[in-house]
Amino acid sequence: MIEVALWISLALVVAAMALNVYRLTIGPDMPDRLLALDTMYINSIALIVLLGLWLDTKTYFESALLIAMLGFISTVAVCKYLLRGDIIE
Amino acid sequence: MTLHVILEGVISLLLVAGGAFVFIGSLGMAHLRDFYMRLHGPTKATTLGIGCMLVASMLYFWGTEGKPDIQEMLITLFLFITAPVSAHLLAKTALHLRIKYVEKTAGRPIELRPEELGEKPVPHPDRAHD
Repeated sequence: MIEVALWISLALVVAAMALNVYRLTIGPDMPDRLLALDTMYINSIALIVLLGLWLDTKTYFESALLIAMLGFISTVAVCKYLLRGDIIE
Repeated sequence: MTLHVILEGVISLLLVAGGAFVFIGSLGMAHLRDFYMRLHGPTKATTLGIGCMLVASMLYFWGTEGKPDIQEMLITLFLFITAPVSAHLLAKTALHLRIKYVEKTAGRPIELRPEELGEKPVPHPDRAHD
């Protein structure tokens, strides 16, 4: 039962990432692309969690935590750059 | 025996629900017409979906290894804290850059102060503040 659910979930997350790439490509403005990247790293965390369930190992959760922290910091940094023209004033 | 079957059902339900929420969030981001509308999808639906998936993973490893692990809860907590912050910053950036919006979007940028829209700050009427 878990295996079927894992495949369904994997297909949905991959479709979501394809939609993110679509928005990242056509996004008319800078914040649209930034939002697409922000969603994409969250979806990559979902993929890492699914990989951990698939391989039955907890090795990859540290990388998920690292991606979460660095993704948030990079989003904030690009937002600050667009808002103020500088990151550290 | 039955407990494991119930646990498996709960984990499967959480996994499918998480995938569905993640997909709906990204669909909203790709489909809606306006940046301010598009911001709704990833900030709420995707965060809930990833929370469902991490809880499913935590239950799975709890069931297989016998003891709960704090790590997935930590990722969930971190994502739930940071999602509103980054959404707020993205909305501020969009207002600052004067992104085009459709007429149905509620709330006009005119309600904001001029310096929040990237204009020069208005000098205070009292000269002593300069």
